[in-house]
Amino acid sequence: MDLLRFITCGSVDDGKSTLIGRLLYDSESVSLDVLAALEKRQASNGTVDLALLTDGLRAEREQGITIDVAYKYFTTPRRKFIITDAPGHVQYTRNMVTGASNADLAIVLVDARQGVIEQTRRHTLIAALLGIRHFVLAVNKMDLVGYDEAVFAKIATDYAELTNHFNLPAAVAIPLSALQGDNVVTRSTHLPWYTGPSLLEHLESVPGTQERADEPRFQVQYVIRPQTAELPDYRGYAGQIQSGEYRRGDRVLVLPSGLESEIEALEVSQQEVESAAAPQAVVIRLRDDVDVSRGDSIVPLGQQPTITRELEATLCWMSEQPLWPGRKLLVQHHSTLVKAAIPAILYKVNVQTFAKGAAESAQLNDIVRVRIKTALPLAVDTYQDNRVSGSFILVDELSGDTVAAGLVEAANSEYFTAPVAPPVAFSI
Amino acid sequence: MSTPHFDYLDRLEAEAIHILREVAGQFERPALLFSGGKDSIVLTRLAEKAFRPGRFPFPLVHVDTGHNFPEVLAYRDELAARLGEKLIVRKVEDTIKRQRLREPGGKYPSRNPLQTYTLLEVIEEFEFDACIGGARRDEEKARAKERIFSVRDEFGQWDPKRQRPELWNVYNGRIQKGENVRVFPISNWTELDVWRYIQRENIQLPDIYFGHERTCVVLPTGQLLGLSEHLRLDEDDEIVTRQVRFRTVGDSTCTAAVESDASTVEDIIQDLLLAKVSERGATRLDDNISEAGMEDRKRNGYF
Ligand SMILES: Nc1nc2c(ncn2[C@@H]2O[C@H](COP(=O)(O)OP(=O)(O)OP(=O)(O)O)[C@@H](O)[C@H]2O)c(=O)[nH]1
Ligand SMILES: [Mg+2]
Repeated sequence: MDLLRFITCGSVDDGKSTLIGRLLYDSESVSLDVLAALEKRQASNGTVDLALLTDGLRAEREQGITIDVAYKYFTTPRRKFIITDAPGHVQYTRNMVTGASNADLAIVLVDARQGVIEQTRRHTLIAALLGIRHFVLAVNKMDLVGYDEAVFAKIATDYAELTNHFNLPAAVAIPLSALQGDNVVTRSTHLPWYTGPSLLEHLESVPGTQERADEPRFQVQYVIRPQTAELPDYRGYAGQIQSGEYRRGDRVLVLPSGLESEIEALEVSQQEVESAAAPQAVVIRLRDDVDVSRGDSIVPLGQQPTITRELEATLCWMSEQPLWPGRKLLVQHHSTLVKAAIPAILYKVNVQTFAKGAAESAQLNDIVRVRIKTALPLAVDTYQDNRVSGSFILVDELSGDTVAAGLVEAANSEYFTAPVAPPVAFSI
Repeated sequence: MSTPHFDYLDRLEAEAIHILREVAGQFERPALLFSGGKDSIVLTRLAEKAFRPGRFPFPLVHVDTGHNFPEVLAYRDELAARLGEKLIVRKVEDTIKRQRLREPGGKYPSRNPLQTYTLLEVIEEFEFDACIGGARRDEEKARAKERIFSVRDEFGQWDPKRQRPELWNVYNGRIQKGENVRVFPISNWTELDVWRYIQRENIQLPDIYFGHERTCVVLPTGQLLGLSEHLRLDEDDEIVTRQVRFRTVGDSTCTAAVESDASTVEDIIQDLLLAKVSERGATRLDDNISEAGMEDRKRNGYF
């Protein structure tokens, strides 16, 4: 069975959690005991608050808002879903980014009474930046606008401007009411003018999680060395294939050292295999006794990433402490951790107009383009080319906190010529 | 080149192995919390896939409530021996004596809350910087909110309002002295996924997971609790013998059995496909006490 991971986003109170609750409830995915607990908290008018299915923290229940992402799981005969319910509040944008980084599809909710607002734009920008290509525009609370087709049509037109701006495939627009259950699991008779699918029908038919046909990438997470009497010289490089396919006999380079060798054996679940592909966890053994340690990349000869100590990157800044140029930080590029400095903030993106503007610093939830220098070379691709080798986080050296999500936009090659970049789908 | 197709179970497995290897790569002194339950048994299988032919880069740690099912203890020792990995057992009993804690009273004296004390003691004793656990997000609404790498302070406390962002599959395990990280490699698995994996991998489990005859006391909720020396029975308690199995294995005084004659993993999967009640709802006595029961315990250092 295949898998689809999706996230709900949009502004505070647009009905994201209620929608997830409705989806779970109407598809009979809520257990009786969970339902009983929900009914105990019934509102005075006798309706259950379906948002409480995902708003699992005490503070969330007290304030009636979502603070952090909730993960929910459900299965229909067609496929398995991992749902990420994100908070709409601007203050918690970093939690939305957390959810969006692993989603294949975004459901952007809009309150039919309000239309497209700043938070709709911010969340669409973030989801697009992170590489989400499938968008659903859920025009919610249609019950409050008399199920008026004109209201829906206007919002759908407004939103199309956004997806156009980012060169995204058009969003599938669905008018619904999470509260009443219109068009969530079953099509509603309240909207006879709408002839498209219900939300669930649509979610069941879009393409599921699938690897892109990117160049092969693999980073060593851990070196297996049993050093036993039977296996005195065994050295296995354990890691997850990040993209593409590896085969026994491939000529490879170890990066950043640049040493060349050949894949002598490829193991999956303790079995030798001829080939393996992303996202499989494997062990690679090399023919030559070269120096390889955690964080090193192993890539096929002729398909190498850029080796660099200088990057240009887009950051989603996630710390209350602003970023000022000159700041020293750590870059965690998957299994590599290196010291880094940010000599310059090139510009900041206005989330309302998407215009680039000068910025002295980056504040919480800002999206900025920066230059980064690292103390040691990294093996990277642009995020456009590869979502794994093109992504990293920034870590505060003292507190250990994650302070930014980073997407590689450009890298200056140190040792090798960079491959010619394909035309970018959009840039900020 | 056509990309090979991976099943969702393949993806969950790969994700879990990746997480285990990040723990090995990022921490000096990790540990795998092993309860003898199905989730931690699955973790040991994943650890074999992650680290063989090498040894596990962490010991198995069992926080023993003393309220165990004997079958589970036997299974635990057998598994540790078969794997050839180090097993550390620390008893809640000893913590109670050492810290002069009060034993929970009442009719069903669960030691679940006291487990946290022993866990924190063992973390301090061995200076563990990361503890791997088999918790899943589908178990409970507060768990559904927790990160895969969950940073805890010196007292093991979870602060749900200060969770680190967790981007892509990049896990940040950097901590300050005294802090530690709880790591949940099977966060994204459901109960059904765990059973499907057990089936696929042909993993052996303690017998109590399968239908068997057991003498139980009937609780006011209708739930069945296996008889044991730790329960205080009253005269008017209703005692019955039924065909039951356990959906989870915890403290025997607060883990109810469910009626079932499922004798194979396939039967259990069929059971679950029809089940209308969640794993915790069917089996746990202690979570029903308060709506924020799990959140509060996590805030207090529970895994
Ligand atoms: N009338 C009507 N009310 C709705 C609908 N959907 C949600 N609501 C109400 O809108 C309010 C906010 O709903 P939530 O689901 O908590 O909103 P949210 O988008 O999850 O909010 P945050 O997570 O805090 O950003 C609640 O009072 C819901 O009952 C709808 O379709 N119609
Ligand atoms: Mg919400």
